[in-house]
Amino acid sequence: MASLIPCPHCGTRPREEFAVKGDAAPIRPELDAPASDWHEYLHLRDNPKGRHHEFWHHVSGCRRWLIVERDTASHEIYSITDAASAKQGGGA
Amino acid sequence: MTGFRLPRGGCIDRSRTLRFTFDGRVMVGHPGDTLASALLANGVGIVGRSFKYHRPRGILTAGSSEPNALVTLGEGASSEPNTRATMVELSDGLIARSQNCWPSAAFDVGAINGLLSPFLSAGFYYKTFMWPAPLWEKLYEPLIRKAAGLGRASKAPDPDRYEKSWAHCDLLVIGAGPAGLGAALTAGRSGARVILVDEDHEPGGALLSTGGDVAGRSPTTLLADLVGELENLPNIRILSRTTAVGWYDDNLFGAVERAGPDFLSTGHAPRERLWRIVAREAILASGAEERPLVFGGNDRPGVMMTGAVSSYLHRQAVAPGRRPLIFTTNAAGYHAAAMLEEAGIEVSGIVDPRTEPEAEWRGRAPVFRNAVVTDVIGGRGVSGAVLDSEGRRSRIDADSIAMSGGFTPRIQLACQRGCKPVWSEAHLAFLAPERQNGLTVAGAAAGIEGLEGALHDGSRKAASALKELGLDAKPAFSAAPLNDRKTYALWRVAGTRGAAFVDFQNDVKVDDLLLANREGYGHVELAKRYTTAGMATDQGKTGNLNAIGILAEARGVTPGEIGTTTFRPFYVPVSFGALAGSARGKHFQPVRRSPLHGWAEKNGAVFVESGLWYRSSWFPRPGEMTWRESVDREVLNVRSNVGLCDVSTLGKIEVFGRDAATFLDRIYCNAFAKLPVGRARYGIMLREDGFIYDDGTTSRLADDHFFMTTTTALAAGVLSHLEFCAQVLWPDLDVRFASSTDQWAQMAIAGPKSRSVLEAIVDVDLSDDAFPFMAAREITLFGGKLSARLFRISFSGERAYELAVPAGFGESVADALMAAGAPYGICAYGAEALGVLRIEKGHVTHNEINGTVTADDLGFGKMVSSTKTDFIGRAMLRREGLVSQDRPQLVGVRPVDPRDGFKAGSHIMRPDDQTVLENDQGYVTSVAFSPHLGHMIGLALVKGGRTRHGERVVIWNALGESYIEGEVCAPCFVDPVNERLHA
Amino acid sequence: MRYSALSIFLQGLTGNRRWTPAFRAPEPKPYYDVVIVGGGGHGLATAYYLARVFGVANVAVLEKGYLGSGNVGRNTTIIRSNYLLPGNNPFYELSLKLWEGLEQDFNFNAMVSQRGVLNLYHSDAQRDAYTRRGNAMRLHGVDAELLDREAVRAKLPFLDFDNARFPIMGGLHQPRGGTVRHDAVAWGYARGADSRGVDIIQHCEVTGIRRENGVVTGVETSRGFIGCGKLALATAGHSSVTAAMAGLRLPIESHVLQAFVSEGLKPFIDCVVTFGAGHFYVSQSDKGGLVFGGDIDGYNSYAQRGALSLVEHVAEAGVALIPALSRLRFLRSWGGIMDMSMDGSPIIDRTPIENLYLNAGWCYGGFKATPASGYCFAHLIARDASHETARAFRLDRFERGYPIDEKGLGAQPNLH
Repeated sequence: MASLIPCPHCGTRPREEFAVKGDAAPIRPELDAPASDWHEYLHLRDNPKGRHHEFWHHVSGCRRWLIVERDTASHEIYSITDAASAKQGGGA
Repeated sequence: MTGFRLPRGGCIDRSRTLRFTFDGRVMVGHPGDTLASALLANGVGIVGRSFKYHRPRGILTAGSSEPNALVTLGEGASSEPNTRATMVELSDGLIARSQNCWPSAAFDVGAINGLLSPFLSAGFYYKTFMWPAPLWEKLYEPLIRKAAGLGRASKAPDPDRYEKSWAHCDLLVIGAGPAGLGAALTAGRSGARVILVDEDHEPGGALLSTGGDVAGRSPTTLLADLVGELENLPNIRILSRTTAVGWYDDNLFGAVERAGPDFLSTGHAPRERLWRIVAREAILASGAEERPLVFGGNDRPGVMMTGAVSSYLHRQAVAPGRRPLIFTTNAAGYHAAAMLEEAGIEVSGIVDPRTEPEAEWRGRAPVFRNAVVTDVIGGRGVSGAVLDSEGRRSRIDADSIAMSGGFTPRIQLACQRGCKPVWSEAHLAFLAPERQNGLTVAGAAAGIEGLEGALHDGSRKAASALKELGLDAKPAFSAAPLNDRKTYALWRVAGTRGAAFVDFQNDVKVDDLLLANREGYGHVELAKRYTTAGMATDQGKTGNLNAIGILAEARGVTPGEIGTTTFRPFYVPVSFGALAGSARGKHFQPVRRSPLHGWAEKNGAVFVESGLWYRSSWFPRPGEMTWRESVDREVLNVRSNVGLCDVSTLGKIEVFGRDAATFLDRIYCNAFAKLPVGRARYGIMLREDGFIYDDGTTSRLADDHFFMTTTTALAAGVLSHLEFCAQVLWPDLDVRFASSTDQWAQMAIAGPKSRSVLEAIVDVDLSDDAFPFMAAREITLFGGKLSARLFRISFSGERAYELAVPAGFGESVADALMAAGAPYGICAYGAEALGVLRIEKGHVTHNEINGTVTADDLGFGKMVSSTKTDFIGRAMLRREGLVSQDRPQLVGVRPVDPRDGFKAGSHIMRPDDQTVLENDQGYVTSVAFSPHLGHMIGLALVKGGRTRHGERVVIWNALGESYIEGEVCAPCFVDPVNERLHA
Repeated sequence: MRYSALSIFLQGLTGNRRWTPAFRAPEPKPYYDVVIVGGGGHGLATAYYLARVFGVANVAVLEKGYLGSGNVGRNTTIIRSNYLLPGNNPFYELSLKLWEGLEQDFNFNAMVSQRGVLNLYHSDAQRDAYTRRGNAMRLHGVDAELLDREAVRAKLPFLDFDNARFPIMGGLHQPRGGTVRHDAVAWGYARGADSRGVDIIQHCEVTGIRRENGVVTGVETSRGFIGCGKLALATAGHSSVTAAMAGLRLPIESHVLQAFVSEGLKPFIDCVVTFGAGHFYVSQSDKGGLVFGGDIDGYNSYAQRGALSLVEHVAEAGVALIPALSRLRFLRSWGGIMDMSMDGSPIIDRTPIENLYLNAGWCYGGFKATPASGYCFAHLIARDASHETARAFRLDRFERGYPIDEKGLGAQPNLH
């Protein structure tokens, strides 16, 4: 994972083409959700040692935001999907 | 000393002579020599001094793990410290010097440390030098620093060139010894794309330094056949002088290729090249490292590994001495003895601690069974050895010693991604998993014995690896009988009198490891850190297994229970140069130039780095002596006439889509949905945590098309942010983006006469009714010849326009405007004047938007929409800390005495307060000399500042020793009612 | 056994055979007043100060690996107190003051070397930011000086002054900053704590946190249950993993930071210097190796290894700053797991769970904080009140909107 990323749109590309934002699990609450929900969304992380979903951006490629499902201990990648397609219920 | 060149033999070109110097002495060698072999041939015994005790050291190995023979190559800016003489191919004119000795390697004052060694045991420095405390930094530490270290580095810029390259292959084979050659040939014949890397200057590995018969041929013939076939296969790339140094995620390998000995004469060739090799499969055929034996004086010059003796004898026809003694626990010592005798050298004896040594010894040398060498006789070299045979001690004459304690598979690379090596009692070695993540270990690196065994193993494993890729390959070599394994563990010789070294370079002795264990540092990692064993430039390749064995014996456990330290990149030391490649000096980062760069150059601009950009900073005119003079003139001219400034570096993003307006409403904290077509609006973008992220002006060019500008610094960041919001948060919105920063040349035309100047080139009516403040339209120039965008916006507070034209036309349009403006006194103005103009008006930049301020802090509280449903940052903006009363607020500051100057970064203090952190009121974010007012002005963030206008403060700058009286005021120094916008 | 030149002399005369263990290897007792999870620098320092200053000696430190096997043994050894914000600055200055007397205090030479830390600036904006920071330091009585280009050149003439892509304009200098022999810090604290009765239990992995009626009563470990009055977590990069055993989620992500050492050299560079136009900083150890590093890799990771691309960036920035580095060689690299917090600043606080105390979020700045972190955490555990310099390091500051964000980059850990 730390050397090459298999982009679902562009194929396998060097990691240097991508930027990483962080945990893809938290879901943005509604505006009127309790303050604690917003705190959890913005600040609290499972930060697992193991399987983890993470936002990566193919900055120097297709400029799509991707969800990389991978292992934080072994760096093995399990899946990569386009974030928008994933949210809209489709595949990459 | 005792090494010498044999009259015949070797793979050197005796017809050519290469001259080189070592410590100023002129010596000769031949093509095919390494510096090490040439030094031996010239009888040099002492090559350098050890790290701690400054003991004389010679040459131990013939490879990249050499711990002793480190020299400094070259002179001046080209000098290269800590270079292993064993890895340097000799070249004419080469200059080498010994290290860590004074006045010379032969006579070194520092050797007195050896006498003090009882008091310099492992970790002694943690126990002393503490009193009196100030002496540590004044006396002890400088002395330690001076004594420590190895070579001396030049401080001059490296004159050489480096480069980097990517390569891709089906199979990467690391090591061109028998296993690697077998693997490469197997894969090559199958048609797979193969890269074969080897750190020697020619392929062959162990085949280069062995006699006898391998797979029915002499090693030399076999090697020639193999290499001949490989070189003719178009799908194989052989990279000699290339060391695989790191194994990374996704089967990416780092490898460093060195230039050959003729590098200096080839002009501009790179000295080293970093290869980043992406391999679908890889074979690690890195061979095995011969282990030293640990006995008294085992570090003396003249004590070498048997493999090194064989290599120098066979490849360069150099013998270590005229009467070598062999001390071995395995067959390697007998092979070396046989080669020495074949070369006509009298071997004084073979000392073997085993009771049943090799049966096949047919040579002349006497074999001492069940015996060990306890000590070397001799200080600066070897004059003999003390043998202990079943408790009986005797002396034997010898002028050199070849030792072999067995072989340690080179598994480092295979363990760089986290796998722990596993102890094999049968191999007396730690082994890596045979196959993991696309890497297969083969040959001696996998504990396979013998050359034929390696040829077969490499072939077989290459075929299996290719099968994983769906490629059918037939092993190039078929099964060979495995030799009977005869391993014998001798981690150290008992009963030695002299110091017995485990880590040669760092001078770690057996006693140090035992002491570490006694003191509670017995864990292998703690022992390493406490004694420094394994931390030398060979990273423990020669000594670590002995250290593990010694710790295991001391604790009564197996080496497997001790375990190894962690193997990490790099396998051998790698230069900064290779890793940096061409990204150095001016090429450290790419350069971005505005489309108006040429225009600015013509107008005499001084450029300043701004991120990757070079921005025109000011435009000096003849007679102006300081930058301030130029900037003052530019500012005054904008306020009185007109100026033209390049603002092309601002980020520019086209926002398209049916939902573009809805989207912008959610991105900015102020409303955009109802912005009419043809109008621009200043927008503030928050982060989700409620603090300001960026600001800029966004215009509506059509119902479904907005043109956003960002600050220069965050152009890329804002685009990523927009894409995140659109793709991840609200994929249901119809909105798309295109960065057009590089597509538009954008210029600000500011000043009371700006309209008149523009009228000369634009095709539209610029009257205030037709083109009011904050108008934004697509227009044409020069009677329809050029499309452009015109915005009536102002950063300076004057009547002003920003004109965007396609980048390629930028310079011509700017030239036309300068020509049209000449009658109005137009001047070019730069980023400095722009800064003064905006500070005079109290407009903010990232000096104020520092990532910790809210919109309200900067006085934009009213802009934050309270009617919109949701926008980024809205929810978290409600937090207690973001609305508290003593938050910093934007104010102006000015000196009470107009002659006083002050700096940005000064803090604001109350005059009567103690100057302590708790009383800090804020700080000055931006300063400028206002030519309009004739004194310095500043913007500041001050606690509750909006209610403190008129308050006297101290503008406190201890760094500049400047503490001046100032006054807090409104953050606007010119035209607070904005009349000039319409002037 | 007290260490001194005399003890070295006397032991040396008798073949160094009578040195006694620096620390015991005790079996865990069934109960301790305080159990500290994590035998790294912060955990050991906490135990040391609990015993030495706060009179709490019935303490165990549980370490799943060997002593000091976490980030205290894999960092770039820098100490400094050049912080901007009032939440940080007094804390780090306390730490520096503790460093200054540490070796005599715990009778172990950790080679505290105040060689100076120099942060270079390459633009007006950076200069202004350093002016602000240096003045904040001076307001708290911390040493700071702003050097101009010529002063930097006089000090380090071999930086790239002639051909740089981003010219050096000057630097913020803290003369009292410097380096410390990192492993020795762990050993010194361990030895000092051990001699005061603290049990340091290596190879003892905590596998669960036992709660009764919501109150923490002890830990399950690979060596059995150990009961405790108070449980203190000091597990750095593994903070989220240990906190999760108590059902707690933290404002922390774990990231890998690589660091490097060169081959040994005769004295080359005297101070710590940081590049302002790229991620690179360097100093030289007493042993002669250049110790250097750059930025975190940027993705969540518990693997103590990073990417080659980042190593290349470090080398590029290094050569851009010091062109002579080009011919010198990287010898060793290592990777540490950083507990990157949401604002780049640490947490020393009680948790919502009774008897559970947290010390975490050190990002890549934990080493320099070791003494003050231990001291303030011990203060919190012993007295149930924050030490005055650590009051801002609250766990609820994120929710309440009081981030301590030195860089102003917001709630994204990999940017800090």
